[in-house]
Order: sequence, then C-alpha cells, then structure tokens
Amino acid sequence: VTDYEPILRPVDRAGRAFWPVVGALLAVIALGASAYATQLRHGLLVTGLSRPVFWGMYILNLIFFIGISYGGTLTSAVLRLVGAEWRRPVARAAEAATVCALLVGAPQPLLDLGRVDRAGWLLLHGKFSSPMLWDVISISTYLLVSAVYLWVALIPDVALLRDRGLGGPLRRALYRALAAGFSGSEPQIRRAQHAMAVLAVLAIPVAVSAHTVLSWVPGLSQKPMWHSALMGPYFVLGAIFSGIATILILLAVLRRVLHLEAFLLREHFEKLGLLMLAMACLWAYFTLAEHLTAAYGQKPDELVVLKEKLVGRYAVPFWIMVGCCFMAPLLLAFRRLRTIACTVAVSALVVVGMWIERFLILIPTEVNPRLRHAPACYFPTWVEWSELGASAAAFVLLLVLFSRLFPVISIWELREDTPRPARGPHGPTEA
Amino acid sequence: MPRWGMTIDLDRCSGCQACVVACKQENNVPFASAEDLERGRGISWMQVLSTVEGEWPNLRARHLPLPCLHCEKAPCTKVCPVDATHLDSEGFVEQNNARCIGTRYCAQNCPYGVRFFNFRTPEFPERLARALSPDVAVRPRGVIEKCTLCAHRVKRAEEQAYLEGRKELRDGEVTTACAAVCPGQAITFGDLDDPQSRVAKLARSPRAFRLLEELGTEPKVFHLRETRFDEGT
Repeated sequence: VTDYEPILRPVDRAGRAFWPVVGALLAVIALGASAYATQLRHGLLVTGLSRPVFWGMYILNLIFFIGISYGGTLTSAVLRLVGAEWRRPVARAAEAATVCALLVGAPQPLLDLGRVDRAGWLLLHGKFSSPMLWDVISISTYLLVSAVYLWVALIPDVALLRDRGLGGPLRRALYRALAAGFSGSEPQIRRAQHAMAVLAVLAIPVAVSAHTVLSWVPGLSQKPMWHSALMGPYFVLGAIFSGIATILILLAVLRRVLHLEAFLLREHFEKLGLLMLAMACLWAYFTLAEHLTAAYGQKPDELVVLKEKLVGRYAVPFWIMVGCCFMAPLLLAFRRLRTIACTVAVSALVVVGMWIERFLILIPTEVNPRLRHAPACYFPTWVEWSELGASAAAFVLLLVLFSRLFPVISIWELREDTPRPARGPHGPTEA
Repeated sequence: MPRWGMTIDLDRCSGCQACVVACKQENNVPFASAEDLERGRGISWMQVLSTVEGEWPNLRARHLPLPCLHCEKAPCTKVCPVDATHLDSEGFVEQNNARCIGTRYCAQNCPYGVRFFNFRTPEFPERLARALSPDVAVRPRGVIEKCTLCAHRVKRAEEQAYLEGRKELRDGEVTTACAAVCPGQAITFGDLDDPQSRVAKLARSPRAFRLLEELGTEPKVFHLRETRFDEGT
C-alpha cells in the first residue's frame, strides 16, 4: 500500500457517527457522575460494601482497567524488540489504548476511598511499608512511561499533521507543541529511533511492575487464597491476556468505522489471535496450578473459599469464566475459525471472562474470612454498576477523541521510504 | 514502660453481652439500625461470637468475647499507606481518625475482623448525644475505628498518678469498660510486663491461648480456654 490518505481522513473530517457516539458516551459518563455525586452525599453506604467485604467493584475495576492496558505498551514494546514487523499498523492504536485505559483505571481507587478529601495525604504522609503506596508509585510511573512512549512514536506523524495545517487554531497549536520541532532531518530521526528503543526496554519492567504490585495489595496479606506467590505472575499474565483481547476488539472497530481495511489485515487478527490463544493456555495452566495447590494442601480456610468457587455460591460465574477465558479461545486453534469476526467474538468473551476472574479473586476470599462473624455476601449496587459503565464509556470516549485527533496507524512507520532498521552498536535501534 | 494487655476467661463468660454495651457507651459507638446490622455495617468494638455445638439434647453453647487483640506484630499497621495506625510505646495499636483516608486495607489485613468502617455519619438520640463520653472523639464517616483497649482510661489514671507523685500505676488501678462491667469478672486488664500483675499471671496459665496463634500476630489479648466440669482449674 502506498496511499496513506485513508489513515489521515478521520483526522481531517469527523465521520457521521462521531457526534452521536460522543454524545451517547457523555450521557453514560454523566450517569456515572451523578452516581458519584450520590456517593459523595451518602458515603460508601450506597455501595454493596460491608464488613468483611471491604473492597468491591472499584478495586475490581482498578485491576481490570490496568489489566486491559497491557495489550498496548507492553505488547508493542516486546514486539518492537523482537523485530516483529507485522506490528507496525497495530502498534499505535494499542499504545493509545494503554494510555486511555490507564487514565481511566488509575483514578479508580479515589472512588473507593472513604475520605477522598484526604487523598493527598498519600503523598504528604505516605508510609512506604504499605503495598498501596508502592501501587501509587508504580502505576503513575507506568502511566508516565506509556504516555511518553506513545508520544515519541507519534512525533513524526504529528509533524506531518502540523505541516499539512489540519484543524483549527487550537488543534494546530496542539500539533505544533507535540511535534516538538520535528523536521524529519536525519539526526532527528535517528534520535527518535534511539529514544524508542530505550523506551521499549524501559517500558517492559515498568509495565510488569505495575500489575505485579497491584497483585501484591491482596497477595501480600495473609487472607486465604490471596496469600500466594503466584498472584503477581497470575495478574500480569491475565493483564496481557485481557489486554490483547481489548486490542483485537479495538482494531476491528477502527478497521470497520474508519475504513482501514487496506492496512489492518486478517493476518494481524490471526497473529494477535494466536498470541491470545497462547495466553489462554498459560492462563488455564496458572488457574489450575493455583486451585490445585489450594485443594491438595487442604488448609481448611482455603478449602472454604475454593469450594465456594468451584461448587458453591460462585460456581456459576466460575465456570462461565472458564468457558470465556479458556474454552472460547481454543476455537482459535482452528485456522478456519481465525476469521476477524470470530476472533473479535472470542475477544469479547475473554474481556468479560477476565472481569469475572477479578471478581472471583477478590470476593469469595472476602466473604469467607478466617473468623466467621456472620454470613456475608456482596452484590454491587446501581451506583457501582454506573461507575463501571461510566469508566468503560470514558475509556471508549478517550479512544474516539484520540482517533479524531491523531492517525490511529503510524504512517511514518509504514512508509517504505522510512529508513530501514539500522543495527547500531546499541542493538536494534529500529523504531 | 508498661505493655498493656488483657485476658478473657472463657470459663467465666456467660455470653451476656454486658461488655458489648459498656464498650459502646464508653467509646461513643453509634447505634446501628437492624438493616445496617443485617448488611454488615454495624460497629461494635467488643463483640461476643456465639456458637451452639452438638445436637439436642447434647448442646453446648460457646461464647468468645472479641475486642481488638492489639497484636505485637499487627498485620493491620504495616499496610496502612498513610500511617494512620501504629503500635505505640505502651503496646496499644492506635488508630488515628484524623489521619485515616478510608482505604480499609487495615481491615482487610486483620485476621480477626475487629476493624470497623464508618459507613454512616454517626448519629445519637438526643439524650445520648448530651451524655457522650468526653474522653473519646466521635469518629466521622469514611474512616476506620476499633477498640483502643480504653487507652483514654489509662491516660486519665496516669495523670492522676502523676498528680499524686507516683511514677507508675498500681496493678488493678485502671481497667477497661468491658472488664469493669463483666458480671463474671472474665476480663482482666493490666501490664503484661509486670510479672506480678494479675493479667500477667493469667496469661501464663496453661489455659491461656491466643487466637489464630499460627499467624504469628502475637496478640496481647489472651483467652483462657474452658475447662470441663471434671477437670480442675
């Protein structure tokens, strides 16, 4: 393909669906805002939380949204470092999804705080022995690195937009600022490529740390079935898994809505689908290892939680989760089923399944504390469901705005005349 | 420096809940509606967990009074991201209501379930509101609270001793609200570091045990297990 105009068209002109979609998303976000106003007025009383279920939907959404961010920066950085050329058309959208998911996910704990007015004390009075403080540090670092990673890869394309003079005065000022004086000269390109290579290496440990530390918040406690060394890897793997599924859905939507059929090929969906299949197998392996350890070790406290999951009150969501996260992706093992439609359908199931997985990690343990005072249960209220809806809408809205402002496929990386990867003394400096 | 602790003799506990009521009165703990209790939003610094074992007519009721155990290695304190709770020099696990931001992480990490979140702004009936205990602050909505082992009573007694020119408190000079009202005198409060104190002697009893000892939390509240009728004490 040599004609990159289709990539620029959505930036140039809004599609017919743009404003209705933005309006609908804003309406959902407004519902979430009104729900939050209710919560500010009445406190966490309006949620389904109680003693001993101290964490619910909001912490779950934190884990979920940080999780789906893993299909972007991390996956893109790994593919960049191993020199997978096919990533070129999909990397930009994926990296944008990371930043959008983090912007939605990172503030979730604020919804959960009993005294949100004192949130600043995390910075003023932070105590380092708390994994929650590690969380604040690692997630903000991850957001920063992901944003810089997205931006650096965006610079040449923004310079193109600037040179074309697209948009009104505000947008032109934005492009001018983001392009950071990029003129496309040889030393500038080399510097950008070098920065990308460094950032890609940096992004991997930073990204892995974010969900690991998140897993440690429950994982370092002594609660039955939370206290497990597998928590970190399990969270990271689940995050990559749900992240790839999210990216697949996103790519299919962009392909259809922005008419990018010439760039996003079935091959991309097949490759990402296979990657998701591999993650599904690893996920099943981790899940088996975790649950078998609890079952065979037969510690009474853990068995109570395990039974609740496998055959008790949470059996239905548990087996739906197994169906969504393991059985469904197995379909992608068949070449004939690796169509775009089928891959996207499986991805949707995986995203739902992984949300349920996070629910099943948190809740069954919480309703079965070591010392049982009274029977406990948890079901989110309309306020909490509204926050889930509003968070999802905010994620989509951010992506819609991104696709309106920037090319969702990296033009300069696709260009044949982009300098081919040069193997410098610092390893592959290809960007 | 004393190290305050408590023993609760299960042989002497009849499950009457006087300690629960006295604690609420002493510490300005608000009432909870039946609905709030049903939904796990009630607050009771002192709880009596009761179970009935066996089948009729061979029944056996067991009661376990459960305040905060003020663990030496408290799992709740290290997880607080803003240092709103910590073990102080006299052995109390303190809770700073003004610092707490309501993450509820401490409550998650307490294996005994003795930490409570204020789901509501506390409300007291008119007459009770005028009779609140002046030594204990009423906690606002959105923060964690829990048993202080009546640290304010200790403070007051220490002030009195200071005025009388004494450096240390006598054993039994100060006690908690729950211990003061217990009709069976099941609860004993005192300095665990004073080997001659009543509480230290009871804590050395062969009947003494600590809840969930295997977790290594080292509670400073000891329970004394029940004896059978044919077994001497």
